[in-house]
Amino acid sequence: MLKIENLHADVITDAGNKEILKGLNLEVKAGEIHAIMGPNGSGKSSLSKVVAGHPSYQVTQGHLNFEINFQMQDLLPLSPSDRAREGIFLALQYPVEVPGVSNSTFLNTAMNAVLKHHGAAAMEPDEFSNFVKQKLPLVGLSTDFLNRGVNVGFSGGEKKRNEILQMAVLSPRLSFLDETDSGLDIDSLKLVAEGVNKLRTKNNATVMITHYQRLLDFVRPDFVHVLLGGKIVETGDYKLAFELEKRGYDWLRP
Amino acid sequence: MSDPTKSLQPQNEPNREGYEYKYGFSTDIETEEFPKGLNEEIVAAISHKKNEPQWMLDYRLKAFAHWKTMSEPEWADLRYPKIDFQDLRYFAAPKKRPDASKDLADLDPELIKTFERLGIPLQEQKRISGVAVDLVFDSVSIGQTHTDLLEKSGVLFCSISEALQKYPELVKKYMGSVVPYSDNYYAALNAAVFSDGSFVYIPKGVRCPVDLSTYFRINAMETGQFERTLIIAEEGSFVNYLEGCTAPQRDENQLHAAVVELIALENAEIKYSTVQNWYTGDKDGKGGIFNFVTKRGKCQGRKSKISWTQVESGSAITWKYPSVILQGDESEGAFFSVALTHDKMQADTGTKMIHIGKNTKSTILSKGISADESVNAYRGLVKIMPSAHGARNYSQCDSMLVGKKSKAMTYPTLDVRNTSAVVEHEATTSRLSEDQLFYLQSRGLDMEQAVSLLVNGFCKEVFKELPLEFSVEAVKLIEMKLENSVG
Repeated sequence: MLKIENLHADVITDAGNKEILKGLNLEVKAGEIHAIMGPNGSGKSSLSKVVAGHPSYQVTQGHLNFEINFQMQDLLPLSPSDRAREGIFLALQYPVEVPGVSNSTFLNTAMNAVLKHHGAAAMEPDEFSNFVKQKLPLVGLSTDFLNRGVNVGFSGGEKKRNEILQMAVLSPRLSFLDETDSGLDIDSLKLVAEGVNKLRTKNNATVMITHYQRLLDFVRPDFVHVLLGGKIVETGDYKLAFELEKRGYDWLRP
Repeated sequence: MSDPTKSLQPQNEPNREGYEYKYGFSTDIETEEFPKGLNEEIVAAISHKKNEPQWMLDYRLKAFAHWKTMSEPEWADLRYPKIDFQDLRYFAAPKKRPDASKDLADLDPELIKTFERLGIPLQEQKRISGVAVDLVFDSVSIGQTHTDLLEKSGVLFCSISEALQKYPELVKKYMGSVVPYSDNYYAALNAAVFSDGSFVYIPKGVRCPVDLSTYFRINAMETGQFERTLIIAEEGSFVNYLEGCTAPQRDENQLHAAVVELIALENAEIKYSTVQNWYTGDKDGKGGIFNFVTKRGKCQGRKSKISWTQVESGSAITWKYPSVILQGDESEGAFFSVALTHDKMQADTGTKMIHIGKNTKSTILSKGISADESVNAYRGLVKIMPSAHGARNYSQCDSMLVGKKSKAMTYPTLDVRNTSAVVEHEATTSRLSEDQLFYLQSRGLDMEQAVSLLVNGFCKEVFKELPLEFSVEAVKLIEMKLENSVG
């Protein structure tokens, strides 16, 4: 579903461009769950942002291909909104607050953008309201949260659960969860994990970017990768996570 | 004395590249114009042209004499080339046909076409939607609809010029009672040379059956536009007044120094809404409108209410503080504003709420959006006089910065001289951030939808105070203006 080959990308800062991905390779197939671990600054968040099309990043080399209509297509010419409409989702590490815009309006508008893109009819607010209310128990959020501004005044746990709710509403084919577990207490973590597990189908795929092995206790990945120095240096199954927990990352450095 | 008039054919301007301004055209119509310059003769000529009573001419001359003793105020956060007041024309009116009547069917067809292009439906549509329109074209009110409906209810809605002929006692009683000519430099100028504007009188206990609306248009080159509007709401009456403005592209800056006075007597309510979309000038700020306006309402009677709602998105320079004097006990004043500046626009705007009576209440909700290199300043004054026992004020001033070079300033002043008053002030500053935009886009919204959602969310509380007609126009206007500044 996703094929990344020799990807080089720069992060654009006021002080100039800096290369952050240095020849990254990754392949994700439908139905799979992957985990990407690595030390700080290795490029983990950057990878997910590059896939989503964040304007602060520029791809300088390599290929980024995604399956659209059963064909592998180059993602690079697509805007962030087009990528989202094709089924790519990024759950942010620091979800942004959008005051003045209610959660229900936001979700409804996003949902309709995706529906329209696939030639389906938009959902009216009433219809959408019923639809989204069914999804709320999945992440343990109550109905009054729908009227609140997006992420406004939310606790860390609520923000992360809101991201999972968006996943449930938009049904993306490929989801990147960027450190979704960071800053969460054990109960919130379990809720998030449950959400991810329940949303899994054989047609979608999830890539979890995480520091800690803890999340992987609740969401068992098929593959674990280590991102170090801007590329993937090691791939294994879930047992690799335990190894990293014990030994750290030094043994993988060149 | 002789009647100094000159006819002039304004040229049609070629389309300018780059900056799209929907209303940037001029009308090929014969106008009567005075020569440039300002002196007692011109002032007298204006009064003579309108056939005004002697006391009105005296008032004008007194105001002019006073203006000459004043100097231009310079305290605002505004930079603009010095205005040469002698280099402007103080009167321009499209030539009337000798048997001209106020019936729309008799209007110059060019004029009608102009208003159609402006999107102002003069005819039946307006009647059906319940809005009476008094059109002002280059300083002279033209045409009027719904006179019958209004006549039946006793509401007087006409031009100031007409009011001076038909209801001079009313005009004399109230004009200058809220904004005396000595108030400020531009008010003095306006009092001397105002050419026309709206006059509204709502009799006791009458709820005006239609929303009243006036469209201004500045057409002739180098004509300063000096409207004077006077709205009087007698005891227990209600009126909803809508003011909308556009102007064409020009090389020289155009001055607009209007004065609006509102008087609400006991239990009366006046709601005044403005959506202003005047020409901003080109990307370098050249050629736009200077909007220096004095708007003030007096809640004279007990339990009277006045609210100002404005969406300011045009004019090269905006300098206005719609204010309310809360004289009557338990009177209420409100100010709801969205001011958008972009490119090199400058705005210094806000409000003054003066609490004099007991248990008076004021609400201020100001939203400023500044994009590109523009400057947007909110200047507010809440003044609680010693007599204002139990006064309450709530102010919220929010600024949104778009891009990295724009500026937003807030100068709230709270002058409280009564210890029983409760005054609350909140202010926020936020940036229309790349992160927010990306967040929304990563959920499938394109750039336009994302901006629209964010800006509407920001302005929501103000937009909902606008009458329905205006709120739709306002939303579209802000989106259109911001499109060029984002992404």
